[in-house]
Amino acid sequence: MYDAVVLAYGAESDRYLGVPGEDLGGIYSAREFVWWYNGHPDCSNVSPDLKNTDTAVVLGQGNVALDVARILLRPINELETTDIAEHALTSLRESTIRKVYLVGRRGPVQAACTAKELREILGIKDLHVCIQKADLLTSAADEEELKKGRIQRRVYELFSKAATSHQQHDIVGQRELHFMFFRKPDRFLPSESGNTVSGVRLEKTCLKENGASGKQVAVGTGQFEDLKCGLVLKSVGYKSVPVDGLPFDEYRGVVPNMKGRVLSLDQAEHAIVEKGLYVTGWLKRGPTGIIATNLYCAEETVASILEDFKNGLLTPSSGSPKPGRQGLLQVLENKNARFVPFSGWEKIDTKERMEGELRNKPRKKITTWEELLLAVDG
Amino acid sequence: MVLSRFSQLGARFLKESGIVTGKAQEESSEQKEKITVTFVDKDGEEKVIQVPMGMSMLEAAHENDIELEGACEGSLACSTCHVIVMDMEYYNKLEDPADEENDMLDLAFGLTETSRLGCQVIAKPELDGMRLALPAATRNFAVDGFVPKPH
Repeated sequence: MYDAVVLAYGAESDRYLGVPGEDLGGIYSAREFVWWYNGHPDCSNVSPDLKNTDTAVVLGQGNVALDVARILLRPINELETTDIAEHALTSLRESTIRKVYLVGRRGPVQAACTAKELREILGIKDLHVCIQKADLLTSAADEEELKKGRIQRRVYELFSKAATSHQQHDIVGQRELHFMFFRKPDRFLPSESGNTVSGVRLEKTCLKENGASGKQVAVGTGQFEDLKCGLVLKSVGYKSVPVDGLPFDEYRGVVPNMKGRVLSLDQAEHAIVEKGLYVTGWLKRGPTGIIATNLYCAEETVASILEDFKNGLLTPSSGSPKPGRQGLLQVLENKNARFVPFSGWEKIDTKERMEGELRNKPRKKITTWEELLLAVDG
Repeated sequence: MVLSRFSQLGARFLKESGIVTGKAQEESSEQKEKITVTFVDKDGEEKVIQVPMGMSMLEAAHENDIELEGACEGSLACSTCHVIVMDMEYYNKLEDPADEENDMLDLAFGLTETSRLGCQVIAKPELDGMRLALPAATRNFAVDGFVPKPH
């Protein structure tokens, strides 16, 4: 139908930890939690219980982990003027959570978050930040990593500064953010009722150099400790969702590609390029990087498309031009499919912003599919 | 005679409407200073331009058709205007980069000890004579028509 199609649908699923107790109530993926407070219609009924505990544990130390911790710890009045979903605001207003642990398998040198996001969470008003000085000690291998990585260097410096400056803790009822390093989850502990989480058993780790890649990996030491909590958010990575008929690397969770050109395997298990099919963003590289990273990723894919076009690789084999958008609309009509054109999105956008204006917010999000479609039709 | 009269009228019209002499008047009354900046592209080609005080190097490059991309238009949301200050002496005369600039420099390809974002380097008298190199590439990939090998 098109001469070139670019798949840019990102990563909408989660990596599984594969640890006992993972299905207990009160354990969510960070993605579900983010979709919940952002008003995604598929997660408006997640209803996490924020009133059964004073402690939340976030597994992972990437930008998404920091984001969910930030939402749990920010003063509620600051959230009131944002476009956070109404049901989340209500829940957070009544939340009893006062301590959040951000748990990482490795150390501050390997933390996956980036400087801007770390600065923001460290700057939350009246927040007591706890970082153990001992965790900041660096090995020779750590120093090598810091030397080669400017991004890691700046993040490590922020952790060092935070460890020394946030010393006082005499304010009663102050919210706490704890960075726990060198810990990996062994299992989730059930409450007395048996179906909700009451804590996480963590195993202390140490770093070993993986000879082949030179990277340092976390290895369990056999020392365990239990961390009591009533809410667990797993932020251990997103995963792309495979599509029927699309080549997919199950292990890495990406579409096999070469500079954005989708690759499949022929009968002899050789990699061949799928004509006219391209991929970009998280679906291409895995769920890492920020907007600016995706900018360069997109440029690479576009360069491949232009190169293929220049080399005549995109001309239709039949000789007649592809039907394009008209063809697509025909297919949708034949299937009697409900679709929302951009003008429909504009109607939703206008409605949300109008409702927001009445409440001193940028917008008030519509959080169910029915209401969204009503806004399109209205 | 008629022609010259017309041209005199024309000249007077231009003068009185400020089009011709306006700029000269402005330059002489404000003494608007410019600094000399040399841009060196990846092939070593040099272009010497005049940059008025207060203008960013990105703006100046665009005004002089120098190939410096500025995808986010100076809003510190990308690193496509990455430039390399060729002399340490001039690099040290610049204000330290803000956290936000450093966040974007983190992603610049071919980053050096004297790299800055062109949109954040603003012309001031001390920078007269500065030389800026454009990085060899802004993207981290080869354009040699690589073909996948069977495995």
